[in-house]
Amino acid sequence: MLLIYCPYCEEERPELEFRHAGEAHIARPANIAEISDEEFERYFFIRSNPKGITFERWRHVHGCGRFFNAARDTVSDRFLATYKAGEPKPDLSGKGAKT
Amino acid sequence: MAEIARREPALEGRACQGQGISLSPAAPASRLSLRAPEASLAGLSQALSLDLPRRPKSSATKGPRAALWLGPDEWLVIDEEEADLAAICAAVPALHSAVDISHRNVGILVSGARAEEVLNSGCPQDLSSRAFPVGAASRTVFGKAEIVLWRTGEEAFRVECWRSFSDYVFSFLEAAARETS
Amino acid sequence: MTQPFRIPAAGRLDPQKVVRFTFDGKSYTGLEGDTLASALLAHGVHLVGRSFKYHRPRGILSAGAEEPNALVGIRRDEARRTPNVRATVQELYDGLTAVSQNRWPSLAFDVGAASSLAAPLLSAGFYYKTFMWPKAAWERLYEPAIRRAAGLGVAPHRPDPDRYSNRFAHCDVLIIGGGVAGLSAALAASDAGARVILADEQAVPGGTLRFEAGAVIDGMPGWEWALAAAAELRSRPNVRLLNRTTGFGYYAQNMLGLVERLTDHLATPVPDAPRERLWQVRAKRVVLATGAIERHMVFPDNDRPGIMLASAARAYLNHFGVAVGSRIAVYTAEDSAYAAAIDLRKRGVEVPAIIDLRQDPRGPHVEEARSLGIEVLAGCMVVATEGWLRLRRVCIASGEGWRRDIEADALLTCSGWTPAVHLFSQSRGRLAFDPETQRFLPGQYAQDAASVGACNGTTGLAPTVAEALKAGADAAREAGAGAGGARNIDAHSGDAWSAGFLGDAPAAGRMAFVDFQNDVTAKDIRQAVREGMRSIEHVKRFTTTGMATDQGKTSNPHGLAIAARMLGKPIPEVGLTTFRPPYTPVTFGALAGHSRGKLFEPTRRTPIHPWAESQGAVFEDVGQWKRAWYFPRSGEDMHAAVARECRTVREAAGIFDASTLGKIEVVGPDAARFLDLIYTNSWAKLGVGRCRYGIMLREDGFIYDDGVVGRLAEDRFHVTTTTGGAARVLHHMEDYLQTEFPELKVWPTSVTEQWAVIAVQGPRSRDIIAPLVEGVDISDTAMPHMSVREGRVCGVPARLFRVSFTGERGFEINVPADYGRAVWEAVWAEGQKHGACAYGTEAMHVLRAEKGFIIVGQDTDGTVTPGDAGLSWAVAKNKPDFVGIRGLRRPDLVGSGRKQLVGLKTTDRRKVLEEGAQIVADPNQPVPMKMLGHVTSSYWSENCGHSIALALVQDGRERDGERLFVPMPDGAVEVEVTATVFFDELGERLHG
Repeated sequence: MLLIYCPYCEEERPELEFRHAGEAHIARPANIAEISDEEFERYFFIRSNPKGITFERWRHVHGCGRFFNAARDTVSDRFLATYKAGEPKPDLSGKGAKT
Repeated sequence: MAEIARREPALEGRACQGQGISLSPAAPASRLSLRAPEASLAGLSQALSLDLPRRPKSSATKGPRAALWLGPDEWLVIDEEEADLAAICAAVPALHSAVDISHRNVGILVSGARAEEVLNSGCPQDLSSRAFPVGAASRTVFGKAEIVLWRTGEEAFRVECWRSFSDYVFSFLEAAARETS
Repeated sequence: MTQPFRIPAAGRLDPQKVVRFTFDGKSYTGLEGDTLASALLAHGVHLVGRSFKYHRPRGILSAGAEEPNALVGIRRDEARRTPNVRATVQELYDGLTAVSQNRWPSLAFDVGAASSLAAPLLSAGFYYKTFMWPKAAWERLYEPAIRRAAGLGVAPHRPDPDRYSNRFAHCDVLIIGGGVAGLSAALAASDAGARVILADEQAVPGGTLRFEAGAVIDGMPGWEWALAAAAELRSRPNVRLLNRTTGFGYYAQNMLGLVERLTDHLATPVPDAPRERLWQVRAKRVVLATGAIERHMVFPDNDRPGIMLASAARAYLNHFGVAVGSRIAVYTAEDSAYAAAIDLRKRGVEVPAIIDLRQDPRGPHVEEARSLGIEVLAGCMVVATEGWLRLRRVCIASGEGWRRDIEADALLTCSGWTPAVHLFSQSRGRLAFDPETQRFLPGQYAQDAASVGACNGTTGLAPTVAEALKAGADAAREAGAGAGGARNIDAHSGDAWSAGFLGDAPAAGRMAFVDFQNDVTAKDIRQAVREGMRSIEHVKRFTTTGMATDQGKTSNPHGLAIAARMLGKPIPEVGLTTFRPPYTPVTFGALAGHSRGKLFEPTRRTPIHPWAESQGAVFEDVGQWKRAWYFPRSGEDMHAAVARECRTVREAAGIFDASTLGKIEVVGPDAARFLDLIYTNSWAKLGVGRCRYGIMLREDGFIYDDGVVGRLAEDRFHVTTTTGGAARVLHHMEDYLQTEFPELKVWPTSVTEQWAVIAVQGPRSRDIIAPLVEGVDISDTAMPHMSVREGRVCGVPARLFRVSFTGERGFEINVPADYGRAVWEAVWAEGQKHGACAYGTEAMHVLRAEKGFIIVGQDTDGTVTPGDAGLSWAVAKNKPDFVGIRGLRRPDLVGSGRKQLVGLKTTDRRKVLEEGAQIVADPNQPVPMKMLGHVTSSYWSENCGHSIALALVQDGRERDGERLFVPMPDGAVEVEVTATVFFDELGERLHG
């Protein structure tokens, strides 16, 4: 069971309180009704699913209820950072995954 | 005019006493799910006569009334004397959402020297008084149910859960309370 | 009954405290504190099991959790029959009943042992190669036969009557292992004030101090020091000492799984005590003090009962007071085995010889053995052993070529010690091979942990204590506790230790066992390499070495060394198999914990549930909810009850518990704007007091949920969702509000359980509720279909909806949940006056299907658009945005050929179609047929007098009137495609 730092509760909480919510930093196009099929495909269907550092959304669903973002290493399963929704990707230099 | 219907609280008549542990349903109370931005807190606090807490995992209490921080824009307000909390907030012009959930939630009082460990049979949070001091409050899980946990004393907690989960939560607590170690 | 091999003075058990038990029906006695193994050995019983594959007689190998051979069944009663219990771990209690396994008809005469004669045929890979053809025979013939022949114990057939428990715990320092290292670390960490949990798998901590006769710590014999240290730890409020507790899994971020065994050692378990408790511990720092596991020597016929590990014999002697034989030889390649010979000799046991594989063993232990009259045969090896059910003779050869036989009823072996790095490795730490001592030791750590003592390769008592004290103090400090005093523990021991030996000894013949439990020999491993296995992972799978329930604790390094030698590679290049949880087997009960029976998962009941129960309702599960399915009257079956309920609703009225319906209160000045984005419909113009049916999509354009929304005020909406969709719709709303539309001033709050909902449907519905309603004009003109009012019902605050899911005039009374039952009973009493009945979910389904109303999740499946479902009217044409607006325009969603919702009428009016059945145009076409769609809902309609069905059919709406077929096993059913509304096509009944 992972321990996840909730940026709103300002402490680590057990994974049981959280729900994963897909890849982060995919903004819904403001003009979504007008975008092309290709743009819609990129927005809705295509995900990067990298091996290594991934940016993903979590929701502290059984806690403060907030959605937030996390940088996690999919190889080591380590969280490198969590940050509030709407904040930019954090600088991860020097936070290399310990394996 | 119709007769006033009889109230039938969940967990009516349930109780459990054991070595170092006592479980009982809390008396009916009025409850409010309050959502509001920072700017509205002063006005709402004034109307509710208590300072809505802004620190995570904390609560504020005044007399029979308490406000539990659940999220950065969310509070659970409980009034044990069943004051009309929705009406109180309705008079506040500042932006907010106040929804009556008096009957949605059921309160369970867990107390005794073993309260912490009985709760830890299903709640994964660190409940030591260092991590979860008196006054701490948090939404969390208990087994397969969501609860709000509030430490009201060194050896006393209040569990709030949704009505239809109360049988599960109470029965689980009973099972853990009955356990001799 | 005497215990001929008991030497009470040698052990710590009280000879007065006699305990009775049976093994395979024969009665024995033991002493309080015995394990089943030590008690059997006290009677000279070594033979306790048959091996897995060859059914060879097997004895007790070890005195601990690593035991591969001595697996027995423990029976308390019919339901409590635990298979595969290690006799070396099972504590004795009065009345214990143990049985041997994997033998027929008896342990001493086992027919299966004939397979031993066929052993040349049964070598590694035999099953894979032999039972390949014909393919079908594997399932039907080979596998069942093999499973019968090669097996472990039998699981009980009755449900487990025991209770299991779970505990989440947090601490600063978690220490696994209560030997001298673990105890020292715990003392140091708790000195500093850290919250400490110490888990030890034994009944009493002390680890190898149980048998290390020469250990002296703080001036006390080692064992007494351990007891004192444990008592001191127990007295500290910041320490939790868990006995009989195994740390079996090391997971992410310093979470460890421990299993505590609470009753398996008791003659009469306390009724409320759980049998086992699972601890899920989150520790800031972990100290691993898991010790080392002794390895056996690999030589021909090394598996006869009577051949065991040297340290085990020492534990049986020095702790339990049992000599494991009367003439005991020793075969070793390591120093520590000498101590066993010396201890036994000193207690008067004959020790004819120590056979040492090494050319020139030296040291005080060698001298001491010789001085006690024990012959030390250096540079010698065991080339064979004799004795079928018990060792009789050991055949020795020297390097110079002479041979000699020694009569012996026990042979102690030791080829060295393997550090127990299992948990370290599970933590994803990297092991490093130390070529000098031929051991894998903790290398790079992946988590906040330290290893101390034997599991870290540290040898000798004093260095172990020093290392453990430092690690305990460091862990406490790093965890944020204060600094402790500088504790010093003076420790010394006469025990010798040397690196030992890996692999098979020279002269290993055919039956030189590496892995006893899976019957894997040195030859099998060589064969695997010859047949092309290059990685140890392949060798393991081909031979099954290390894959038994003991996970190769005693055998893995041997297997690895043999493979490495064959491959001509150093050991680290051959690799190491992965250590995975659990360290020792864990019961399913412990993992399930409280989650069984009533607590398996929450059962949600509405406030009206008890009433329905009292009326004899039959319930169905809808997610976690129990919902009244139908209300049979005496003599009625389901069909009759549902037909009556459906008829009554349309003729008079029906009362239905709709409390499970999801309800969300959406509040804020931007509430209507928000609903505009979440639903396909428009909400801005919906008047206060009015309701509208709304459809919610995902971004891909498919239906996500639906429901009626009522406007209570300009800034307040009462949204209803499907029963199953309540939680996910709230999640969906919060997601969009928090991340996509954060500028909107609106909040959704779940009120599903705030309100009990009583639906009253049918022509008499208004008459029924009229006497109970206050403050609301419920006339048709004041409160038309699709309106909502707040007022009082039965004197309590209520939200009254005029809505209909039946096509009849209908109301839904929402009252605060605690009043639900009383209001229901009042409505029921009024309903009785008007011929109303209570109806359940089945009638509700039929009634809505008669009207062609969809149920999301039944008539839709995540690939259905509003257009497909015939609900295009609910999609606003001129809104600039809503969730799903772009998805709906995808080419494949707007093209022809989509499956559309239609009605089906069977030509045979009485035939009710199967839900999920496929639909074709021509039932006589060859298989595979072209399928046009499937039936989504199907019922007998009492009101229509014929069966009705809804179906998703390709271009269905263009097929109106077309004849299609539903092929079923007993023939195709002819159907006619119709509109989806079967009853009251004009909808006149809604308005009374």
